[in-house]
Amino acid sequence: MPAGAALLRGSVQVRHVDAGSCNGCEVEIGSAFGPVYDLERYGARLVASPRHADAVLVTGVVTRNMAEPLRRTVDAVPLPRVVIAVGDCARNCGVFAGAYGVVGAVADVVAVDGEVAGCPPRPEAIVEALRTLTGR
Amino acid sequence: MSLLGTLGGTLQVAVIVGGSPLLLGVMRQVRARMEGRRGAGVGQPWRDLRKLAGKEAITPRGTTEMFRAAPVLLVAMTLVVVVVAPFVTTDSAIPQIADLFVVVALLAHATVVLALAGIDTGTAFGGMGASRETTILALVEPTVLVAIFALSVPVGSTNLSAIVGSSLAHPAQAIAPGSLLAAVALIVVIVAETGRLPVDNPATHLELTMVHEAMVLEYAGPDLALIELGSAMRLSVYLGLLANLFLPWGIATEVGVLALLGGVVAFAVKVAVLGAVLALVEVFLAKVRLFRVPELLAGSFLLALLAVTSSYVLA
Repeated sequence: MPAGAALLRGSVQVRHVDAGSCNGCEVEIGSAFGPVYDLERYGARLVASPRHADAVLVTGVVTRNMAEPLRRTVDAVPLPRVVIAVGDCARNCGVFAGAYGVVGAVADVVAVDGEVAGCPPRPEAIVEALRTLTGR
Repeated sequence: MSLLGTLGGTLQVAVIVGGSPLLLGVMRQVRARMEGRRGAGVGQPWRDLRKLAGKEAITPRGTTEMFRAAPVLLVAMTLVVVVVAPFVTTDSAIPQIADLFVVVALLAHATVVLALAGIDTGTAFGGMGASRETTILALVEPTVLVAIFALSVPVGSTNLSAIVGSSLAHPAQAIAPGSLLAAVALIVVIVAETGRLPVDNPATHLELTMVHEAMVLEYAGPDLALIELGSAMRLSVYLGLLANLFLPWGIATEVGVLALLGGVVAFAVKVAVLGAVLALVEVFLAKVRLFRVPELLAGSFLLALLAVTSSYVLA
């Protein structure tokens, strides 16, 4: 975890970036914030702007068109910030490794602080990753 | 400046600055429970504010002093209203400013400042949010003025303390037709002005449907904390005005520990109940189309106009 992550105890605002995902991870993130898993009760909330965010959830392999937007989004997040790569594609390109439109995994483009494994990861895994941040 | 007014002004600042994020927490909690979720707890807005205050401050490229001054101005102008309006005590700390026109102008001015800051960022969504907010403001402003004016007609004064004092002395005024019409008109415009459903969705993530959120998309860290606190305070102020103008009972009329304590508790309970009801109703509402909002607000203006007419004719 980066320096200052202790500030995020109890309250983490999350911005989600789809860098080239098949939308499998999006469905799981959606259900992690839905009534069944209800991530909001642990103090995590999805927000509409990277300026409001503390954590960036990145899903999918980083495609050529999304490499620069991803860099800019992460730069727009005020410090201290946390970048979490969600899903196998974001961690190591998964089944899309070597495809022509793929720049690489998320760690090849921006500094990554945490990873959530799975294709797609179960909502429990996403909840667990964010709960280590909020500490609740 | 009376002792009661000074005490009231001090207490009101403490209660509203400390309590308005809790009000937001209560409203989110009610909403979460109604949706079958556990909710983050009543203290979550305070945890958010504490964290935001410790984060890095960012000044986006190309923004001017307007962008930097807006959060401070928003909180400052709302604070003036918090000090002078009759929330906890009938007397005001600065009676000359506890006037209907001054208070409404200050609240409107804070919205204008935020709209200018939204335009200042130069982003598409900032300008769009600002244009929508001013459209709504232009319809809300006359309605608030006329609705409260309807209450001031039987009193013969536009001083808010005088209006509240008169309602206390003549309880029958609360169920006069003019008063009831004004209450309905004021409820509609408060919903619009504080950015709640069905006019604006405070929880939306879709920029195209945003009104208030779109203006503040570029704010980060301590500035965002000020804006969120200012918005929460505005919500408390509007609900407090609604509560005390129409149901002033419980407000402190004399200096005394018990009377002041009663005033604080009565104010907190009234605002919390109003907020909870607002959140409860929101669960069952969908956002109306932006082009339908003027119809809704024109309707509420008509009610306010009828309120003034009936205040004159039936008095």
